[in-house]
Amino acid sequence: MITYALYFAVICFSLGLLMNIWRIRFAPGVVDRILALDTMVINAIALINIYGILEGTAIYFEVSLLIAMFGFVSTVAYCRFILRGNIIE
Amino acid sequence: MNLIAEIVISFLLVVAGTFGFLGSFGLIKFNDTMRRLHAPTKATTLGVGGILIASMLYFAIFLEDVSLHELLITAFLFITAPITANFVAKAHMHRDVKERELPQPEGECGWAGYDEVGDEAQPIDTK
Amino acid sequence: MLNRILNRIFPHPQLTFFLLFIWLLLVNTVTVGNVVLGLVLGLAIPAITQPFWPNRPKVRRPLKAAAYILLVLWDICVANWTVAKIILFKSNANTHSRWITVPLDVTSPEAITILAGTITMTPGTLTAMLSADARHLLVHCLDVDDPDAVRDEIKSRYERRLMEIFE
Repeated sequence: MITYALYFAVICFSLGLLMNIWRIRFAPGVVDRILALDTMVINAIALINIYGILEGTAIYFEVSLLIAMFGFVSTVAYCRFILRGNIIE
Repeated sequence: MNLIAEIVISFLLVVAGTFGFLGSFGLIKFNDTMRRLHAPTKATTLGVGGILIASMLYFAIFLEDVSLHELLITAFLFITAPITANFVAKAHMHRDVKERELPQPEGECGWAGYDEVGDEAQPIDTK
Repeated sequence: MLNRILNRIFPHPQLTFFLLFIWLLLVNTVTVGNVVLGLVLGLAIPAITQPFWPNRPKVRRPLKAAAYILLVLWDICVANWTVAKIILFKSNANTHSRWITVPLDVTSPEAITILAGTITMTPGTLTAMLSADARHLLVHCLDVDDPDAVRDEIKSRYERRLMEIFE
């Protein structure tokens, strides 16, 4: 049962990733691209964790923690660049 | 016992997957950037939180490998989601929203992103 | 004298224990060596970074803070349900989005930050900006018919509790 639920979640998050790519390609402005990229990072974290459950190893948690941190920092850096013109003042 | 655990974990995974999908779907469905911001900040965060809690339960019950890493990631995502949303909203307003489209606060000062008041007038010291 | 020495070593006792806790979560095993290493980090990091936080927040009632966290977690689940319904069943033309301003009674920066984060995570609202004198919040509502009701709910449900915790 868990396996089927895992496959369902994989399908959901993969479709989410595809929709994010669609939004990045056809976005009205740069802010929407940042938002779509941020959502993509979160979806990717979910997919990595599902893969970890499927494989039965705990090694992927470090990976997802690092990706979560990088995703947050890069989104903030992008927004800051738009707001102020540079990142570290 | 194992059956109950299986049902709970599967339920969490299905709910999390649905919310993750809806968060990304809202991103392409809504027609305005401020509206689009609502979907990923809420739905996707709960989606990934559900996956992480399901994986914590799975590893604790079936593989007897108690790990609290997932709690750390979940807490990190829940804390950073509002900050990211706020930053994206500010960037959007800086680029595309004029101040006259917004309701004005009572008092002399306007909104922080538009107001030209110097640092002395701000009660919160940002230096 | 002793107090000052203690203050030097422990500039921020809560932060020390918080760092120790985070370190144990990161390494994922509780051994004596890890506790010692976590304590060393918990003592070194506050001492080095002390110039960056001259004023520290005071949490007056930790129990109420815990109750507040549970309330917000529950509201996040409700928020997801609300937003999911809007995404699935409402057309774009039928969704009435609008800006509202929320006047603030809380004054400490930490309380305002937590309130802004809470508003973002709870049903159909999103904090966009703070006014320059820190007395008003600009909130975007996804789908609302009665903006006054939303404002009153934010004030009575979250801000009152935050005031009890921080002030």
